[in-house]
Amino acid sequence: MPAAAALDGATPVSQSLGHRGWVRSCHWAIAFSFLTLAFTGIVILMAHPRLYWGEVGNDLMPALLEFPISNNHRPDDYGPATTFTEVPGAPISATRDYEDEFFNQNSWGRSLHFLAAWILVTTGLGYAFTGLVTGHVGRNLLPRIGELAPRVLWNDFRNHLTSPIEPAGSGPPYGLLQKLTYSSVVFIALPLMLLTGLTMSPAVTAAWPFLLDLFGGYQSARTIHFFCFTALILFLVVHVALVIATGFRRQLRAMVVGH
Amino acid sequence: MMTPNNPVPRRAFMKAMASSAGLVLAGCGQTEPPTYGNLLRMGDLLTYKAHRLLLPEHSLAHEYEYSDVTSVPAIGTTNPGNPARSIYSAEFGPVYEQLRADEFSGWRLTVEGSVMRPSAFTLADLKRLPSRTQITRHACEEGWSAIAQWTGVPLRTVLEAAGLQSGARYVQFHAYDDIVDGIDMLDALHPQTLLAYGMNGRDLPIGHGAPLRLRVETQLGYKSVKFLRRIVVTDHFDDNGSQGTIQNGWSWYAGI
Repeated sequence: MPAAAALDGATPVSQSLGHRGWVRSCHWAIAFSFLTLAFTGIVILMAHPRLYWGEVGNDLMPALLEFPISNNHRPDDYGPATTFTEVPGAPISATRDYEDEFFNQNSWGRSLHFLAAWILVTTGLGYAFTGLVTGHVGRNLLPRIGELAPRVLWNDFRNHLTSPIEPAGSGPPYGLLQKLTYSSVVFIALPLMLLTGLTMSPAVTAAWPFLLDLFGGYQSARTIHFFCFTALILFLVVHVALVIATGFRRQLRAMVVGH
Repeated sequence: MMTPNNPVPRRAFMKAMASSAGLVLAGCGQTEPPTYGNLLRMGDLLTYKAHRLLLPEHSLAHEYEYSDVTSVPAIGTTNPGNPARSIYSAEFGPVYEQLRADEFSGWRLTVEGSVMRPSAFTLADLKRLPSRTQITRHACEEGWSAIAQWTGVPLRTVLEAAGLQSGARYVQFHAYDDIVDGIDMLDALHPQTLLAYGMNGRDLPIGHGAPLRLRVETQLGYKSVKFLRRIVVTDHFDDNGSQGTIQNGWSWYAGI
């Protein structure tokens, strides 16, 4: 086996097939819409940088996680709590008294988020359809059954840790871990982003309430949406790092002009 | 439900896209939410049209048990009579302050525009109409949520009492803090769209919009206008000028 292939079974530069036109178009449309979604997603999270589990969560309730990315959670700047009933532990209400200092860029943030989501979803559906029809998905993205044996997986994983990273070819055939990563992004993470996103829509959940049951509630869906985002950002970092490590200019050229 | 009084509904998708792509100016005769040639507003319009095309009409938002009721922050305007807040109406703020001092005995809700019988309702008038109580989740655009029990009269009942004219397409809600917002006739006639005067079994607290607020359960919280004073039914889309959410950069449709 040549040294370059030791990385993950990827073919040497001379034997790689490059990227087809529709793959390249989809790649960049998805890349730009994903970056827009990531940026606006952070802007939206800054308006309420707290995550919860279940249907409900707000400033008057404990959070699962809090992020120091804005000064929007200021429990001391709420007015005095009033209760709705005299029962001990009854739910309360309080007025938020720092409205003029409140960070909220959700007007354009939300609209841009959904505009980018439309582009990603339509491109993603077109990609999945074309990929299935042309056989790209079956041939190049999904691992063979035999490749999923624990021993094979372990060997590939160990090779990644021990072998030096060397110039690799662009486009299929892909290595085993590479195929698993790409298919997880395309068929697990991105669909999960879409479904958890839809679960945060009051009109959609009125029509399709099973979404709330599927994810354990509105705030659970928001939390899963966030962790899916972190997984995708992790993928982006590793993806770009490997593109740089295996020949940045050639890889970039291959994703722009095909080879 | 499609009735002669409810002509908003599903139009051909292409027509929507054609109108969103053009530079359509808002104003009299404008029958669709305008985009002003703004890419973000085109995306909003696409979402609105997609929801109207793909989602069944008048699906009910999930209703919870009383034991599910949670704490609810009061945000935005929490008292229209407080001039120290940045959202304050010099015209209606003092009026609200006086109404509140009188425990809203002088308060009236006017219903006007494309209705057969323009009317003014007292709180007692509204409470005499058939009421509805629902325990629903409030979803704020900021990201938080809360569950509360709301009691009030369905907006549909009030609109039918005033008698909708055949061209009626939108309903505008004017509040004491000068906020104005509107919804289409589909959401206005939704069985859970409520003019709420009660919350968790008590009178609606000041912070949550006393004496009367809107509840639109199929849209985000900011569409549920608090501190109502006036309802105007229109045949055309009204962006409500500089007071309207759409002119302030927000999506007019907040079903997502």
